[in-house]
Amino acid sequence: MPAGDLDPVAVIANGLSLTFGSGPEVTPALEGIDLTILRGEFVSLIGPSGCGKTTLLRAIADLERPTGGTLVVNGLTPELARRQRAYGYVFQAPALYPWRNVERNVMLPLEIMGLSRAERRERAQRNLQLVGLSDVARRFPWQLSGGMQQRVSIARALSFEPSLLLMDEPFGALDEITRDGLNLHLHELWRTTGMTTVFVTHSIPEAVYLSTRIVVMSPRPGRIVEVIDCDLGAERPLEIRDTPEFTAIGSRVRHALHAGTPHA
Amino acid sequence: MRAAGAPIAFGLIVLGLWQAACTAFHIPRILLPAPTAIVAAFGGNLPLLGADFVQTVLRSVLPGFALGSGAGFIVGLAVDASPFLRRGVLPVASLAGALPIVGIAPIMVMWFGFDWQSKAAVAAVMTFFPMLVNTVAGLEAPGAMERDLLRSYSASPWQTLEKLRLPAALPYIFTALKLDTTLALIGAIVAEFFGTPTVGMGFRISTEAARLDLDVVWAETLVAAITGSALFFGLAYLERLVTFWRPAFQSGSEKEMR
Amino acid sequence: MREALRRTLPVIVVVAALLAVWYAAALVVDAPQGALAEKRPLLPTPQQVAGALLAGILQPPTSPRSLIYHAGVTAASAAAGFALAFVLGIGLAIAIVNVRLLDRSLMPWIIASQTVPALAVAPMVVVVLGNIGLTGLVPKALIAAWLSFFPIVTSMVAGLRSPERIQLDLLRTYSAGGWDVFAQLRWPASMSFLFPGMKVAATLAVVGAIVAELPTGAQAGLGARLLAASYYGQTLQLWAALVMASLLAVVVVGVVDGARGVLVRVRGGRL
Repeated sequence: MPAGDLDPVAVIANGLSLTFGSGPEVTPALEGIDLTILRGEFVSLIGPSGCGKTTLLRAIADLERPTGGTLVVNGLTPELARRQRAYGYVFQAPALYPWRNVERNVMLPLEIMGLSRAERRERAQRNLQLVGLSDVARRFPWQLSGGMQQRVSIARALSFEPSLLLMDEPFGALDEITRDGLNLHLHELWRTTGMTTVFVTHSIPEAVYLSTRIVVMSPRPGRIVEVIDCDLGAERPLEIRDTPEFTAIGSRVRHALHAGTPHA
Repeated sequence: MRAAGAPIAFGLIVLGLWQAACTAFHIPRILLPAPTAIVAAFGGNLPLLGADFVQTVLRSVLPGFALGSGAGFIVGLAVDASPFLRRGVLPVASLAGALPIVGIAPIMVMWFGFDWQSKAAVAAVMTFFPMLVNTVAGLEAPGAMERDLLRSYSASPWQTLEKLRLPAALPYIFTALKLDTTLALIGAIVAEFFGTPTVGMGFRISTEAARLDLDVVWAETLVAAITGSALFFGLAYLERLVTFWRPAFQSGSEKEMR
Repeated sequence: MREALRRTLPVIVVVAALLAVWYAAALVVDAPQGALAEKRPLLPTPQQVAGALLAGILQPPTSPRSLIYHAGVTAASAAAGFALAFVLGIGLAIAIVNVRLLDRSLMPWIIASQTVPALAVAPMVVVVLGNIGLTGLVPKALIAAWLSFFPIVTSMVAGLRSPERIQLDLLRTYSAGGWDVFAQLRWPASMSFLFPGMKVAATLAVVGAIVAELPTGAQAGLGARLLAASYYGQTLQLWAALVMASLLAVVVVGVVDGARGVLVRVRGGRL
């Protein structure tokens, strides 16, 4: 679906709240979330554990049901959006199927959508090329490193050309050097495809490097503390992390995080 | 196959000592025949052993195994469809599997007659429960992340079954299949202890033992051992081919480090 | 409370449904003979079986018609066999884990032997031992021991090997000797593996004891009872003996679980 045909607003949350459990064991995960995400943005959700960032992402994905407020994805309810396969989801772990080789893992969503074999092949190869893993298409997941496996899962998320990319701390389990490489890679992917992306992370530098906007959240109950614009421009080599503009935005994020979380 | 060196050597040594002890101490053949005597008995009784093999293994064990395992798998699929059923059936099936099921042999004879049908029935019942329990356990195995992934693709329950849950369940199913070959063989042979037409491994073993014709008994036991091992290792080989992706089958796995 | 109900209600429903199907099938199958009046029904109803079972239990305990007596005989052989398998099995497991050569030469045979139908040798063992004057409990216990030996060995070996590398390394930093590693780490860690293996071994010991009673035309024990009932066409006694054997298996598993429960409490809640 070419981006031009889509609603310029990808996601709107209005007074969104989500409470787990019932009776005496109620856990308010999200409260009063108001957020608008425009087409083509790269929005990071950042905050300490328990601030609801993953819950918010999962709500957008229709993997959790909100208990209050409204949530609209591509102009539809999250459930309808999911049925239309509006988004690709990347988890904290690669979640690749070990009995399938890399290429067939990328083809998994395409099989489910009933694409022809030729079409599946073509798309899988194209997306593997996009993440730079064409030469391991025949290998099996357990033969690849953690970073490579995550790149395969990204290729899989992109293979059916969703309008939205949802990523839940995808690089959290990897070492810093691999992470840097993947951040650069993801950024260039975003620049090439213009894919609207919602990205959950713990890491301030990662959020600042990748995003056009940063949503700072705080826990108990999960709510938005501040939304910070991150206009570092479209071209972002890794060295940009040493510039004063980068550091300034990072400081703003850090202050917002501390403000939202009462410290001892 | 370097790892096979030590056990093979050990086995040969035991065989050698056994043979030597029998000849040196003149151990009566009634008590313990020498390996050579067993091999001679094996060679000398081939037609008999063959007929027993056909009756027991081909007519009782294999059909019973196929029927019981197949039924266990299908019922497992059905039980998996409902969490209520799963919670109810699983404990009952686990318990049933622990019971001395061989005891139903006389009842099966009463229902199906003396011939192979009753023995196959015993084998079928014995193989049913492990397959049922393992199928359900295997279908439950995939984690939340793998299931959420398919949910995000809006996959139908059938697609989820075909693409995720069945492949993930295969290791469990193979565990049950391997166990089931042993159970089916035991079930058929022991069921023959309770009465059978005048052919069959269990029949032969119990009657020849009573007649102290132990050569034939040892020969039959040898056939049973070879059959059991062949079935088991045949399945293990198939398992390796089909579930090649299991961490346990990868070279250099942590299992070696102690 | 809700959790307990959630777990037991489905089981009760399933069992009730099975009983209902059994009852209906009995009525259908026995219809030509007039089920409830028949003394030798093809498929007795649940209450007929229960009646025969109760009659067998309520006999004076020394009478040859008492199911308790027969269960006791079988249980004695099973228990003796299990005890033997337990001692030998654990001993062998410890040896295998500590002596590399034993592990590489013996363990494959132990695993391979599980594919051999051990019960097939039961008649031979009984006869051979009978010839050298060992009758009664000994051959039955030996067969039961043979059957229950393997689950104990394999589960114990897995358990003794279960500690993680980092736990072993920790003890090395304490300069702990072989005995300490065994007593403080390997032995306690093996318990959670051993108990499931013991449950399987216990049920196999019961099966072994029952099957061992078949070949010699023994007079006592549940296996003997099954055989006699099948020879004389006494359907109800047959079913009653079978249910009794099942109850014995359940009791035996319960004993192992009980022992596990005691150990769990001693250990403070977890194995």
